[in-house]
Amino acid sequence: MSLDEFFVTGDPLILGSQIAIGLTMIGLLALITYLKRWKWLWNEWFTTVDHKKIGIMYIISGVLMFFRGGVDGLLMKAQTSRPELDFLDAQHYDEIFTTHGVIMILFMAMPMLIGIMNVVVPLQIGARDVAFPKLNALSFWLFFAAAMLFNVSFVIGGSPDAGWTSYFPLAGKEFTPGVGNNYYAIAIQIAGIGTLMSGINFVVTIIKMRAPGMSWMKMPIFVWTSLITSIIIVAAFPIFTVALLYMSMDRLFGTHFFTVASGGDPMLWLNLFWLWGHPEVYIVVLPAFGMFSEVIATFARKNLYGYKSMVFAVAGIAFLSMLVWVHHFYTMGNSAAVNSIFSLTTMMIAIPTGVKIFNWLFTLRKGRIEFSTSMLWALAFIPCFTIGGVTGVMLAMAAADYQYHNTMFLVAHFHYVLIPGVVFAVFAALYYWWPKMFGFKLNEKIGKWHFWLFVIGFNLTFMPMFFVGLDGMSRRLYTYAESTGWGAWLGVSAVGSLIMAAGFAALCYNIYWSFRYAKRDAGNDPWNARTLEWSTASPAPHYNFAVVPKVDRLDDFWHKKKSGKLGLKKSELKPVHMPSNSWTPVFLGVAFGIVGFFLVFEWFTLAIISSVLIIIGLIANSFDYDYGYHIPVEELEEEEREWRGELK
Amino acid sequence: MKALKKVYGLFLLLVTPLILAGCENKLIVFDPKGPVARNLSDLIIFSIIFMLIIVAVVFILFTVIVWKYRARPNDGDFEPKEEKGNHILEIIWFGIPVLIVIALMIPTTKTIYEVEDIPQGYEEEEPLVIHVTSADWKWIFSYPDQNIETVNYINIPKDHPVQFKLTSAGTMQSFWVPELGGQKYTMANMQTNLYLVADQEGSFYGRNTNFNGRGYAHMDFEVQAQSKEDFNEWIHDVKKTANKLTEDQYDELLEPGVVGRMTFNNTHLDWIDHAKGGSADYIHPELYEIQHGEEKEQELDGQPEIESKHQSENDQSEQHSDSSHMEDHSNH
Amino acid sequence: MSSHTETPLEYKSQQSQMNILGFWIFLGAEIVLFSTLFASYFVLEHNTAGGPAGQDIFVLKDVLIETFLLLTSSFTSGLAIHAMRNHDKKGLLTWMIVTLLLGAGFLYFEINEFLHFIHEGATIQTSGFTAGLFTLLGTHGAHVTFGIIWISLLLVQLVRRGITEKTSSKLFIASLYWHFLDVVWIFIFTFVYLKGMVI
Repeated sequence: MSLDEFFVTGDPLILGSQIAIGLTMIGLLALITYLKRWKWLWNEWFTTVDHKKIGIMYIISGVLMFFRGGVDGLLMKAQTSRPELDFLDAQHYDEIFTTHGVIMILFMAMPMLIGIMNVVVPLQIGARDVAFPKLNALSFWLFFAAAMLFNVSFVIGGSPDAGWTSYFPLAGKEFTPGVGNNYYAIAIQIAGIGTLMSGINFVVTIIKMRAPGMSWMKMPIFVWTSLITSIIIVAAFPIFTVALLYMSMDRLFGTHFFTVASGGDPMLWLNLFWLWGHPEVYIVVLPAFGMFSEVIATFARKNLYGYKSMVFAVAGIAFLSMLVWVHHFYTMGNSAAVNSIFSLTTMMIAIPTGVKIFNWLFTLRKGRIEFSTSMLWALAFIPCFTIGGVTGVMLAMAAADYQYHNTMFLVAHFHYVLIPGVVFAVFAALYYWWPKMFGFKLNEKIGKWHFWLFVIGFNLTFMPMFFVGLDGMSRRLYTYAESTGWGAWLGVSAVGSLIMAAGFAALCYNIYWSFRYAKRDAGNDPWNARTLEWSTASPAPHYNFAVVPKVDRLDDFWHKKKSGKLGLKKSELKPVHMPSNSWTPVFLGVAFGIVGFFLVFEWFTLAIISSVLIIIGLIANSFDYDYGYHIPVEELEEEEREWRGELK
Repeated sequence: MKALKKVYGLFLLLVTPLILAGCENKLIVFDPKGPVARNLSDLIIFSIIFMLIIVAVVFILFTVIVWKYRARPNDGDFEPKEEKGNHILEIIWFGIPVLIVIALMIPTTKTIYEVEDIPQGYEEEEPLVIHVTSADWKWIFSYPDQNIETVNYINIPKDHPVQFKLTSAGTMQSFWVPELGGQKYTMANMQTNLYLVADQEGSFYGRNTNFNGRGYAHMDFEVQAQSKEDFNEWIHDVKKTANKLTEDQYDELLEPGVVGRMTFNNTHLDWIDHAKGGSADYIHPELYEIQHGEEKEQELDGQPEIESKHQSENDQSEQHSDSSHMEDHSNH
Repeated sequence: MSSHTETPLEYKSQQSQMNILGFWIFLGAEIVLFSTLFASYFVLEHNTAGGPAGQDIFVLKDVLIETFLLLTSSFTSGLAIHAMRNHDKKGLLTWMIVTLLLGAGFLYFEINEFLHFIHEGATIQTSGFTAGLFTLLGTHGAHVTFGIIWISLLLVQLVRRGITEKTSSKLFIASLYWHFLDVVWIFIFTFVYLKGMVI
């Protein structure tokens, strides 16, 4: 393979990014060296097993990936803003919508949500960490290695270009011969392993590590949604593991799972993909529901209305999510009976979802609604998501779907579900839990700019898509004739996307501003909130709780706060056991990344040689008998006194 | 569906401004030119009315609640009361969606079954059979009974059921003529089935909606519905003037690329039916290799040479060479 | 069984309990994984594309030997855990080594079987059927291989550290894994080989 085949050349846009990436990398490395921060990075971050730090690393990666995926989206919007534009060619456009989809779902939404789960869940259940801290770090590093591997594709070797769904036969070697789709198969596989382990980790954490007294129905709703999400992860990701394995075998070893020739079955890929893919939608949306519930209850100053029915609704949605995958291909020539059954199961999802919407509305009713930035996101979610929901019901009706399928109407629908459902939730959660992570609030004023720009931009971007869809525009078109009349709609949409981008820029500026100027006076409970994470210092100390709290009821912290039963007695303090840092997770992440890269290029000898690294990492891990360390009482006392004042 | 007509009028009053906002004609899905599409359009409008009601209820509740219970500076230290769920209320908003789902499910199921068959009122007639073979990135239509074949356009008789037997020579595509009916996938090694009827003359926009590579955006075709006399005359003309498609020409036609219209006086079904397998011989991975940058631009913009060749060979049989299919899209 | 009424050693610490629970959940994920492999195999089973079908290549004798070896190894791993509960380090070590040897025997016969398939003209690239078959069997075989390496490493730790809370919980988990592979094999035996040879 010659060098210019290895590096993607010839496209000025890509060349520009290559140079930019190169310079940024050099600059970053130089800066760290100059500031003498390598050791700090290694000790405090790369080898950490602290769930809060891992969560923060997930969130940082998520924000970076949001930027990358967002730029992809902007490029698409620019290309389609006018008919017959020559800004991007077909190939480049195909690559961009593919990476946009993969990155937004798997490398933006997933790490954001898992990151927030990481930060919040142990704190909300009164635990000192997750059940398997080292495994948690490994999950992160696998995700990170996968994200880097996937992103490197557009400068080295070429990006995948068969859509984020990568339907066969198109995604097979016969129709997309380059290495681009190998990146898809290998990178997502690595990320998927990490996600599966996160899922297992959180199930065990929530089952086994709840504070004494916190029975199932006393768990905060976000913990419930995290638990159910983790269960779906465990149930759905292995399906995708197998599907990606088959894809890799077809592409790398010439097997015939999904090919047109020799008895392959492309429809098998569609079924496996959506057997994972539909639950995946709920994997990202359910924790978001939990976040909204926490935020709405806090800023309405009321308990969550119908807590029990919320729990059952989430469980119901999770169960139904496994039974609807066929609605992604009603048009594949299924029998009328099959389509009718899946129409029914799909529409049934609207029932628990409707229950949730009404419960949120009734939580607000008779409350005292404070319009903090985080609450604004939660409020905007309700109407926007309702539009996404009702168009979802329309799509669920198989017969009608014959007219919407693969059109911009569908694209508009799932953006109306995923952006309010996931992105708004992540923003709400960031503003809400930011003080718990860093000890200061994000600026509320810049936050309002962020909010209004983003929400207005979002509606302007995606509302027109419903109409062009109904006007016969299919998705993934890189160009269209002027005579179609779509230009006006898509022009508005492009303007909207710029406004959204301005909103995102406001968020980035807000983070920068707040780090520099925000007052470090958030206190342990800046929002007058209800759940356990607010009972400890902000930022949360590395041991989370000096004394594991005892829980008597739902929203225990709120009630104890009201009745003045909080506070720490010196006599209660005991040494706290903590896990030690470990180098194996980051080592394994790098090893998986290297092996993955060689597999992408089908350099099997190198892949086999470098997989020795993985084996070394696993052996080192197995022989590691580190029992962790204890934090002495004096240290606890000192740290607690710092924010509580004198102990009782 | 007569009751539907009434609500349809009501609906038009409500949403016409929206639909008219961008263009003067109706959105293509709401502009059916045949019974199948009309059936679907009615169903869609029926569902939209429900959805608008739901959206209205939620939006009004939302606005009222958020406004009424907003925190005011003079609230003092008012603390809202904790509230337990109310079983009756929760049952109500569990029950209402159940009823809505039932209300939507009945017409949906009915329509699902209806569109699988020859549309009502046309069962008497023997459908015209057209085999559709989609390839990268063109549509090949075979009329086995008439023994003619067209590329990227079809002519059909008005008021006569047409049975499309869909298959693909390689990647998966989706056959869609929104003004006539819903879409269906085309897949190699198998056949899917679609009935459509046009009950008025005219030219309709058809396209592939399932992404299948670089030429995807250009993979559209025209459906021309004609009177029965015109249709028969067209067949007659083709039989008289068009050339025969040879196997070599067909091999070339199936190479990836965008082509114009063609007409032939036989069908490729004589030697290969992609629904029954054998497509593998026509797939050439080397032709799908891509280069980033400018070379690739040329490849797409300059149409492959095969096209001009076929074009000139078949020019005399080209019936609609003056009307480009994109321009026929009656919606601007 | 011994007449212990107290908690077994491998369940003593909170962390060990969590490890074991976590592993059960992991096995749940493995069940989904193998179910997907089976379901795909059933979809592809008859897509032989002119190549050999199941009854053309399966040899009952080999399969029976493999089944016997793996079932026995599952039993011996149970004996090993029994010895562990009795704090019998030597018994544990012996039975685990027997288990590993049986596992290695299984692998030997499976590799032979694969060579036989290839000799009969059924390579992994031949058809949808062979792709599904090799991947299903291969994934199981890869699990067995991984299990052998893993348990060998655990035995090294056992020799060095003796039966402790930590080593016992690790070995217990490994034995769960081994039993699981046995269960998967029973399904393979029934739904791949028996079904393939009858139909």
